[in-house]
Amino acid sequence: MSDSFPAGLDGERLKGLYRALCITRAAEERLEILQKQGHVTGGLYRSLGQEAGSVGAAFALRRESDGTGDFLAPTVRAAGAMFLFGATLVDFFRQYMARETSPTRGREANVHWVDYQKGFVGPVSPLGTMVEIMAGVTLSFSLRGEDRVGMVFYGDGASSTGAWHEGLNFAAVQRCPLILMVEANQYAFSSPTAKNTRVQSFTEKAPGYGIGAESVDGTDVIAVYEAVSRAAERARGGLGTQLIELKYFRRLGHAQHDSQEYVDPALIAEWEKKDPIACFHRRMVDNGWATEQELETLWHESEEDCRVAAEQAIAEPVPHGPDAVDDVYTDVTTPHPWTRGVSPDPRLA
Amino acid sequence: MEQPTPEYLQKTRRGEPVTLLEAISEGLFEEMSSDERVFLLGEDIGTYGGAFKVTRGFLEHFGDRRVIDTPIAEGGFTGAAAGAAHMGLRPVVEMQFMDFISPAYDVITNYIATSLYRGAGPMPLVIRGPVGGGNRGGPFHSQNVEMAFFHTPGLKIVYPSTPYDAKGLIKSAIRDDNPVIFEEHKGLYRAPALREVLPDEDYVVPIGKANTVREGKDLTVVTYGAMVHKSVEAAELLEKEDGLSVEVIDLRTLLPLDDDAIIESVKKTGKVLVVHEDTRTGGIAGEIAIRISEKAFEWLDGPILRVTAIDSPVPYSGSLEDYFLPQTSDVVKAARYLAGY
Repeated sequence: MSDSFPAGLDGERLKGLYRALCITRAAEERLEILQKQGHVTGGLYRSLGQEAGSVGAAFALRRESDGTGDFLAPTVRAAGAMFLFGATLVDFFRQYMARETSPTRGREANVHWVDYQKGFVGPVSPLGTMVEIMAGVTLSFSLRGEDRVGMVFYGDGASSTGAWHEGLNFAAVQRCPLILMVEANQYAFSSPTAKNTRVQSFTEKAPGYGIGAESVDGTDVIAVYEAVSRAAERARGGLGTQLIELKYFRRLGHAQHDSQEYVDPALIAEWEKKDPIACFHRRMVDNGWATEQELETLWHESEEDCRVAAEQAIAEPVPHGPDAVDDVYTDVTTPHPWTRGVSPDPRLA
Repeated sequence: MEQPTPEYLQKTRRGEPVTLLEAISEGLFEEMSSDERVFLLGEDIGTYGGAFKVTRGFLEHFGDRRVIDTPIAEGGFTGAAAGAAHMGLRPVVEMQFMDFISPAYDVITNYIATSLYRGAGPMPLVIRGPVGGGNRGGPFHSQNVEMAFFHTPGLKIVYPSTPYDAKGLIKSAIRDDNPVIFEEHKGLYRAPALREVLPDEDYVVPIGKANTVREGKDLTVVTYGAMVHKSVEAAELLEKEDGLSVEVIDLRTLLPLDDDAIIESVKKTGKVLVVHEDTRTGGIAGEIAIRISEKAFEWLDGPILRVTAIDSPVPYSGSLEDYFLPQTSDVVKAARYLAGY
């Protein structure tokens, strides 16, 4: 075998990276099938072409399952990072299909779920908020003297929000061990980056906050892993908040309902040549880090895992309507509509 | 190095009366002393001790990791508090004036209030700060903010009117696993007439329970905050001059509303006047009226009426602000009108 392993990784870990990329793509491809079958009722968001960004980044962090590891706040296009943090495929499908068994019991969609033991907090739809939230999560690491770092993903568009600025500024001032991952995929829904900012690179914003920053090819999983490893080391070493820009391209529309007509097809074709999985596959084989056969097997296993997990989720029940009143408060009951009882009584409203 | 408790935070221990502001300071101090998960965030709360000095001496006692002077960005530090709450801490956020809570509206309503429901766990978080008019503060230092949040399921809203309640409720709020918005009326902060000796023990006042501050049988005034005192003043005058027996209910908690206390009183008096310092349209009087209509319509002997501020921004000039705010004389006139049914 090869003695030229990159970035301190060995053959097993490189295959782990490859598998994580495969799982991410296979899970999203399975979602498309589930949506066509009518099982996915809400929006469907792909990370095609961006998988190396989320996978390489999460791979560089300490992932534990007992609530002591590093902590992640992904976006809907960073499911790959969530899978590496221990999010299961079946939970992923349950969320998209709003099953009673889903982590949010059908209250919330897609990757919007939380597991404090595994170490992730899913996003909310208002953009930028998670930078504020993760400033506080990582503040708690500082206050308790815990050797943990946080990582928050967000896109080109979220970089324009007040929440992004306020959360980042707070984290920077408090020297919170937080790594910001900007998914510079060149579009915020239909708006190109130039409509959100005058800067050429989001790293230009970092000096305004007194934080370190680095830009990296977001299609190169090894490069992302190395850049985030460096950022995590700086954050752990007391240098506080860091920013990483993932340079890549969103090769599909914002969501499945967006046919991306506003993008030149030639540009999309150009980025297809930089497909993160195909490129890594080639590199693995060319360098002798894995055989063609091994990688083929990893892809087929990933597809099969996704198929099996989706089948399980499909078979599970949807929530019971009246459960909608549960869990608004820990200790206050929310009344059912007074017209839903056997004999309507407004005094029960 | 932790400093000894400042003498001005030991009045209750010495058996001396405290103001509403001092009661809140004592409550915060005691909760921070007994639970190391409790910490404070806000503008100028550390070195300066807060705009109204609620946290004077806290920085020296608890250190700058538990008393955090923040950038001027209410959304940012409220969001950060939410993140810390996720990790098991129990943050108390100070808004320098509650008028400035609006930049945090997004994170409070979309994120904090929905956390439990979304499966993201409880949100033990208090957002407290000064509210209310009468101090010639103008449009941006005088508002009441309860109704901006009343419509958001998942939040609790507390608004005490006495030192006893303020201390007991701030403790309950900090111990609550749900997010609590805690309003402190500036006009009551140092009002000498409200000073009272508090029990020198660890007591709480439950959230969600109103208090009948004055018993009566002819009509009910439902109110809260600074208007409790104007309503009691009006009730005493009405008893003396008109022989009217007026019951006054201090809601203390606005969300969740104590329906039982209101309905029980309505069944006794049959007439209800809601008094609030907040502006009129969309004020809490509307919600109270519909609940009475749903639950006790047949007990009513007259219309449900309200005395409120006018529907305008809070004006700066004293003459304008006095006209804007509901006064004792307004409560008296409204009660006499209602008693005529």
